[in-house]
Amino acid sequence: MLENFREAIDGIRSHKLRSALTMLGIIIGIASIIAISSTIMGTNEQIKDNLVGSGSNVVTVRLYQGDYPFESAWSTLPEYIPALTEETLKEVRAIPEVASAAYYAQRDAYGQIRSGSSALSAGTIYGVDQSYPAVYGYTIRAGRSLTESDCKNFRKVAMIDETVSAALFAGANPVGKTIDICGEPFVVIGEFTPASSFRPTVTTLDEYFTYNTSSGGKVLIPFSTWPVLFRYDEPLSLVIRARDTDSMTTAGRKAEEVLNDTIQQENPEIRYKSEDLLEQAKNLQELSSATNRQLILVAGISLIVGGIGVMNIMLVSVTERTPEIGLKKALGARRRRISAQFLIEAGVLTCLGGVIGVLVGIGLAYGISKVSGVPIFISWYIVILTVVFSFVIGMLFGAIPAYRAARLDPIDALRHE
Amino acid sequence: MLIRLEHIEKTYGTPDRPVPVLHDVNFTMEEGAYCAIMGPSGSGKSTLMNLLGYLDTPTAGTYYFEDVDNSRASDAEMAKIRNEKIGFVFQSFHLLPQRKAWENVALPLLYGNVPKKERRARAEQALCEVGLEDRMDFFPTQLSGGQCQRVAIARAICMRPKLLLADEPTGALDSKSGQQIMDIFDKLHARGMSIIMITHELAVAERASRMLHIYDGCLSGGDAQ
Repeated sequence: MLENFREAIDGIRSHKLRSALTMLGIIIGIASIIAISSTIMGTNEQIKDNLVGSGSNVVTVRLYQGDYPFESAWSTLPEYIPALTEETLKEVRAIPEVASAAYYAQRDAYGQIRSGSSALSAGTIYGVDQSYPAVYGYTIRAGRSLTESDCKNFRKVAMIDETVSAALFAGANPVGKTIDICGEPFVVIGEFTPASSFRPTVTTLDEYFTYNTSSGGKVLIPFSTWPVLFRYDEPLSLVIRARDTDSMTTAGRKAEEVLNDTIQQENPEIRYKSEDLLEQAKNLQELSSATNRQLILVAGISLIVGGIGVMNIMLVSVTERTPEIGLKKALGARRRRISAQFLIEAGVLTCLGGVIGVLVGIGLAYGISKVSGVPIFISWYIVILTVVFSFVIGMLFGAIPAYRAARLDPIDALRHE
Repeated sequence: MLIRLEHIEKTYGTPDRPVPVLHDVNFTMEEGAYCAIMGPSGSGKSTLMNLLGYLDTPTAGTYYFEDVDNSRASDAEMAKIRNEKIGFVFQSFHLLPQRKAWENVALPLLYGNVPKKERRARAEQALCEVGLEDRMDFFPTQLSGGQCQRVAIARAICMRPKLLLADEPTGALDSKSGQQIMDIFDKLHARGMSIIMITHELAVAERASRMLHIYDGCLSGGDAQ
C-alpha cells in the first residue's frame, strides 16, 4: 500500500507541470464550491441572527387587515372583534411552548415625542403593563422598570430606549426628565436596551422597511394612560416568549388560534396573525440557498470537467508508461497492483487538488466577505465533503485508465519503446 | 525436465488473415542447462521467449514447466510464476529511473510479498553477486550501460528463480561491458542456474552449453542431446 503511494507520487513528481494543470480543474471546482457555500451559509446565519435575534425567541401576534397590520390611527375596529381579556391572556400563557406573554398597544409617532426643542423624528409608542419589558428581555440601563403601581395608578411615566435617549437628551441621563408625548408630559423613569444587539445589515429597500420600525425609537408607557393620548378601545397585540427558538413557530401559531377564537365572525377580514420571524428567516434563507444552489451546480459541472481532465492525463500517463507497466508485469506484479497504482495516482492528484481547492476557496470566501461585507461561515462538514468528493471523482475518472493499464498485454507493453 | 515444449504453434493476426510465427516447436531443457537461441530478426525468437516466460500463451501445443502444464492458469497465477520462477533480462534494461539501484532490484521482492526488512538485505546480496556492492544507492541515470544491465541481472536473480531468460542482454552494450555481462552469466550457470539466452551474436552464443537456431518459426536442435 505504502509502495503504491510512492509509485503514485513518483508519477506525479516526474510530471510536475502536467500534474499541476490537471489539478487546476479540480482546484477551480472545489474552490468555487467552498467559496459559494461559505457565503451562503454566512448569509443564512446573518439572516437568522438579524430576524430572530440570538436567543430572544420573541413572537408578536398582531391584528392584520389582509396582508398588512391593522392601523388603528386610520380605521376603527369592527364590532366583531372584542377587546382582549385577562382570561384570553391566561389561556395563552397556558400553551406549553409559551414561556411568558404580555399585551400591548402600539402607535407610530412621527415627531410627537419631544423634549424641549429636540424631537424624535420616528418612533413607536407602546402601551404596556409591567410584565412587558421582561417578556422582551429588556435590560434596564438607567433608572427602573415599570411597576404594577405605575400601571394601577395611571402614572404618566415612560421608559425610553437608547435611540430615544440619544435623540432627546444627547447622552445625558434621561431619568427624572420630562418628555412630551403628543402634548402630554411624561416622566422618564428608565432607559432600556434590547436583550440582544440587533444590528441588521440592510441591503434592499424591503429590508429597510422591515427593520425600520424596530430600529426607530421605542417609548413604553403604562397602558392605563393610553386613553389620555389615544382612544379607549385601542386593539391590543400580544407578545410571547417561546421556550426555545425552534418552538417559536408553534408557540406563535397556537397563540394566534387562541386570539382568533375570540373573534365573533367566520372568515373575518381582520384577524390576528403571528409574526413568525423564524419562518421569515427560513424563507429568506431558502431564497438565497436556491439561487446559490444553481451556482454550486455550475461549480459541480466544472468539477466533472476537471475529472475528465484527470482521466485524459491518466490515459496519456498509461500510454507513456507502457514499458514500465510491462516490466512490472514481467516481474510478477498482478493486475490489481497495476490498477491500484493508477487509481491511487488519480486519487492523490484529485485529493491534493481538493485540499488546495479548499484553501483557495476559503481565501476566496474571505475576499468576497471583505469586498461585499457578507459574513462567511466555513463548515468543516462541507470542507470534508468536497475533499472526499474530489477523491471520488479521481477514483471514478481514474478507473478507466487504471483498467486499461492493468489489461495491457505485457509483451505489447515491453515492445513499446 | 525443467522445460518441455510439445508441438507449439503461435499465430498472430485475425482468424481470416492469420500470421504464423511459430510452427511445431519442440524443445526440452534440463535443469541447470545454458541454452542460446540464435536467429535473425523476425524469426520468432522473441515470441518463443515470451511463451517461455509466461508473458504469452501458445495458440496450440503444450508447455510444461517443471512437468506442469500451466496453460489454464489465471492471470494472477501467471504473475506468481513469473515472479517466483523466472527472471527476465532485457536488451534495454528496463530500470525505473526514479528508483535507486537496490530499489530496482527489490521490485520482484515487493511483488512476491517479501517482508520489507528482508528486501534491502536480499537486494544487496544480489547486487554483490553482480559486483555492484558500491552502487546500491545510485540512480540508473548515474550508472553506465553495463552497470545498468548488471542491476537488471541482480533484479532477475534476487527471487532465486528456476530459469533466467535473457533477451539480447548484450545488444545495447559495448564489447567490454558485454564481456562482463557474459562473465556473470557464466558464473551463474556454474552455480546451477538454468539460462536461456536469445542473441544474434555468434561469439555470445558460443559460450552457452547448447546452441539452437530458429528460422521462420521453426526451431532446430530443440531436443535435448
